[in-house]
Amino acid sequence: MSLGFQELEAAERPPTIMTSRLEGELLEVSMGPQHPSTHGVFRMNVALDGEIVRKLKPVFGYLHRNHEKIGENTSYLGSMPYTDRLDYFCSMTNNWAYALSVEKLAGIEVPERAEYLRVILAELTRLQNHASLLGFLLSDMGAWGTPLMYAFREREKILDLFESLSGSRMMCDYMRFGGCRVDASPEWLARAKEVVNRFPKFLDEFENLIVENEILIARTQNVGKLSPGLAISAGITGPMLRACGVNYDIRKVDGYGYYPRFKFRIPLGEHGDTYDRLMMRALEMRESIAILNQAFEQIPAGPVMNPKVKIRAFKPPVGEAYGRIEAPKGELGFYLISDGSSNPYRYRVRPPSFINLTILEDLCLGHTVADVMVILGSVDIVMGEVDR
Amino acid sequence: METLAEIKARTETVAPGARLEIVSNGSPSQQASLRIDNEHAVEIARFLRDDPELRLDFCSNVTGVDWLDRTIKKTVKVKQVVDGVEKEVDQISEEVIPGYLEAVYHLYSIARKHGPVIIRMRTADRTAETQLPSLTSIWRSAEFQEREIFDLYGIHFDGHPDLRRILMWDEFEDYPMRKDYREPDDYEYEPTPHDDVLEKAKRHYAPRPQLDGAEKITAQP
Repeated sequence: MSLGFQELEAAERPPTIMTSRLEGELLEVSMGPQHPSTHGVFRMNVALDGEIVRKLKPVFGYLHRNHEKIGENTSYLGSMPYTDRLDYFCSMTNNWAYALSVEKLAGIEVPERAEYLRVILAELTRLQNHASLLGFLLSDMGAWGTPLMYAFREREKILDLFESLSGSRMMCDYMRFGGCRVDASPEWLARAKEVVNRFPKFLDEFENLIVENEILIARTQNVGKLSPGLAISAGITGPMLRACGVNYDIRKVDGYGYYPRFKFRIPLGEHGDTYDRLMMRALEMRESIAILNQAFEQIPAGPVMNPKVKIRAFKPPVGEAYGRIEAPKGELGFYLISDGSSNPYRYRVRPPSFINLTILEDLCLGHTVADVMVILGSVDIVMGEVDR
Repeated sequence: METLAEIKARTETVAPGARLEIVSNGSPSQQASLRIDNEHAVEIARFLRDDPELRLDFCSNVTGVDWLDRTIKKTVKVKQVVDGVEKEVDQISEEVIPGYLEAVYHLYSIARKHGPVIIRMRTADRTAETQLPSLTSIWRSAEFQEREIFDLYGIHFDGHPDLRRILMWDEFEDYPMRKDYREPDDYEYEPTPHDDVLEKAKRHYAPRPQLDGAEKITAQP
């Protein structure tokens, strides 16, 4: 194959590991689909030279239920609760991406308060997603239990907020075309503010535990390096792209919602290794807190639904639209084609987790099996979205 | 960013002989797209990626669409002599537009921070000639997504490095995202020992025709 794919050099390894190799013999191992560190039912066919990965082919489809076909057979509104099940950690951002695409397709405007609520909920989602990712990643590295529980303690507070607003912790089904389903009460906003105000304390504590931890540095630095050129070509998005030093955040580039109104920075990595990807999440959480604090200050009173939109018996004009947002895992997009009927003719999800796995083999070549776990953890996948 | 018409004009100078067509979009999203021909697709894609003005280095979304055969009915008034009298008669003519499969690419530029530019390619028909050139050599992100289109729509991408099924299992035969797909009654039917045992049991016991199904098999007195 002369396609110009990047080939990573074998990482330098201590001689003790090198001597344990079976010279020239590759051992084929099937990792998964029930392996605890594969974050769901995901399998990798790995060819090993001793401990070193020489070939890695991901195998998908264990959770495939053809979400897109179901979307074509359901009304526009009917797909909204189903988007929750894509990336079940971030149902709010899934809702937003779908609502945004339908709004583009039909030319619907969203009231100001609803846009603010969407920003608040999306950033809360980002906080809990990144916090649990850090927990899971440390758990993959062998720090069993404690860091994950620290992260889940914080996630629980945010899920409680989601529950009191939408009625469900994870399957929120909160947004609608032209706004949000219910309004947030002043008490809810006060509670959310309190949760956000306490969050930096958790971050400080967590960062103290991980940033300079010797084992963590040894396990993550220079592991799974990704070059900016390959990352762009392979369509990598989200924190994984920015860890390579590429400044591309759809919140800034597209300026959807009311993101241009908020002051926040885009953290950028330098090396593109697992450590940078990990730190990217920690830094992004700080920026999310900054956005949330501004949103709590600015949020105006008013309606949360555009009264002109007929959500039931909703029939957008003939045409197509692609809408995308910066979900916690990367660019989440929905591509819809309408033929004027009540069901979409084509309903396509652009899943960030799935496309971010394109370069999994490139990242893992030359590393040990134990590193594969850490690299996969740092990609941040949810199988509900990968397999759809 | 340049308009799509300008991009089309510049592409035509770079790839002479290429047949390009702007596909309009009636939706308020106003995302019109550029249809490119299959022979020059890789050349055009390389131009779109490398052109210093456009720099569409990021292929975000690749997807397939299935368009079935369409029949367009036209009514034309024709003068005809009926019973010796000249009359105007409606003549209905039917035109069948053959269906095709389509691959749609959403391109953005990370370097220039603009987009999307949407390009689409069409196959000749839905059954026999379902080949399209693969653009994986231009944008690596198409690798898994083209595999997914092959898996679910049955478009064969020429030049793809590893064109296998990705979400369905390898032995699966049909293409589930096609509009005329019909689910099989039994996904993975194969005779099991259970079937043999059942046949044997039927030979041993006398049938009771008044009962259906499994009830037919009962022990003799």
